[in-house]
Amino acid sequence: MDSLEDIHTGFQFSNFARNETLVAKGFPMPKSRKTGTTIAGVVFKDGVVLGADTRATEGDIIADKNCSKIHYLQPNMYCCGAGTAADLVMTTQLMASQLELHRLNTGRQVPVVAANRMLKQMLFRYQGYIGAALVLGGVDKHGSHIYSIHPHGSTDRLPYTTMGSGSLAAMSVFEVHWKPDLELEEAKQLVRDAIAGGIFNDLGSGSNVDLCIITKDGATMLRPYDVANVKGQRQGKYIYKTGTTDILSTSVRPIQIVSETVRKVGEEEMETA
Amino acid sequence: MPDFSEIFSLQSILNYNGGCVVAMRGKNCVAIACDLRFGVQAQTISTDFERVFEVGPHLYIGLPGLATDTQTVFQRLQFRIKMYEMREGRRVKPRTLMAMVQNLLYERRFGPYFVEPVIAGLHPTTKEPYICALDLIGCECEPEDFVVSGTCSESLYGMCETTWREDMEPDDLFECISQSLVNAFDRDALSGWGAVVHVIEQDKVTTRYLKCRQD
Repeated sequence: MDSLEDIHTGFQFSNFARNETLVAKGFPMPKSRKTGTTIAGVVFKDGVVLGADTRATEGDIIADKNCSKIHYLQPNMYCCGAGTAADLVMTTQLMASQLELHRLNTGRQVPVVAANRMLKQMLFRYQGYIGAALVLGGVDKHGSHIYSIHPHGSTDRLPYTTMGSGSLAAMSVFEVHWKPDLELEEAKQLVRDAIAGGIFNDLGSGSNVDLCIITKDGATMLRPYDVANVKGQRQGKYIYKTGTTDILSTSVRPIQIVSETVRKVGEEEMETA
Repeated sequence: MPDFSEIFSLQSILNYNGGCVVAMRGKNCVAIACDLRFGVQAQTISTDFERVFEVGPHLYIGLPGLATDTQTVFQRLQFRIKMYEMREGRRVKPRTLMAMVQNLLYERRFGPYFVEPVIAGLHPTTKEPYICALDLIGCECEPEDFVVSGTCSESLYGMCETTWREDMEPDDLFECISQSLVNAFDRDALSGWGAVVHVIEQDKVTTRYLKCRQD
């Protein structure tokens, strides 16, 4: 009920029975947007590098050629996501705000373990119905950490990990070339190669490589780090001349400004009287 | 109700009533367009069903999908917009509207409304063009060029991908979006029967109804 909307929180199930009836009548549930995805993360000497491709799919249609899959959690913590796109966006938004509140309440930087614990407890509570597979990376006073978090709530702490439909392609690159205490440039190249492995060998992944580098000095997003697939130049010109389309009626509504007030906000002068 | 399931195999409920929406970015302007058919599977019920709605002076939202949910979602959204504008004393910005729709749809993550919204507008102060599309559970997609949604989205992708170009003036943008839409839905049995195109500029909104095939 909308009149009570401000006190209603959490998921609503009012359409559930209707939608189940439709499924029973032979209308399958529409597909939601997925990120087929290759995501990866490695720990290097001074921090972590996270990487992701930029393709979002809806069935076998590419819904977005340049979507962002590396989500902000905290200034020292980012999270790559694979799975149902809406779940990833909303889960990471929720976590970012909860972590910020945690930081303000405790008055100190949130450790990566805390984010991992909050994410896994939330996902476990939803029993895998929130389809989010995550690679969480961050740097705190305890060091550099990469966690992989599965939709059902299990987590692993690893020096290097991959997730998503291209995880096998990416992991094969890591298994061959990873070594302890990589330099920054080596780590960037390694993650790029791993993601490129997914882009070129997995149909669910494609377009560009995004990277996020986190050290004790903060995080840098490189988006795009590598444009792995450049769109070709259009050879012909497909310009429709004005008047091509037959118009039945036209109405132009000017946007009239009824009133405009400009209030300058400057620094107030100190009272000296 | 005649049974068309023999001819049109029951697909997604999103295709039950038919209809499509497309939005494009131009130079200091945006355009949003939709078809006008409202049907029940292969049977056309009416040909004046607009699925693009005005929600602000420079802001429009298209809600293709199941017609009952098009109307329900628009009414619920209007309620939220009005509450926001009363509480805040200002108009909603395009991105705020996107977040509002996103929360409305994600709230029903496990029992969704069958609509895939498209938003087009100009930022009220900076006049920056904005387009975005959401899936039925509220995942946003904010590209630089165009967004499509509805029963002929595949044809629309093809048309827009070849006809869209950067920095189109309002007149060029109108021809581009109109031809993309009309040629896409002429290859779709479930949409068509007229189209309406809104071109949103800083100082005016031009709404044009197009002459289309009626079959």
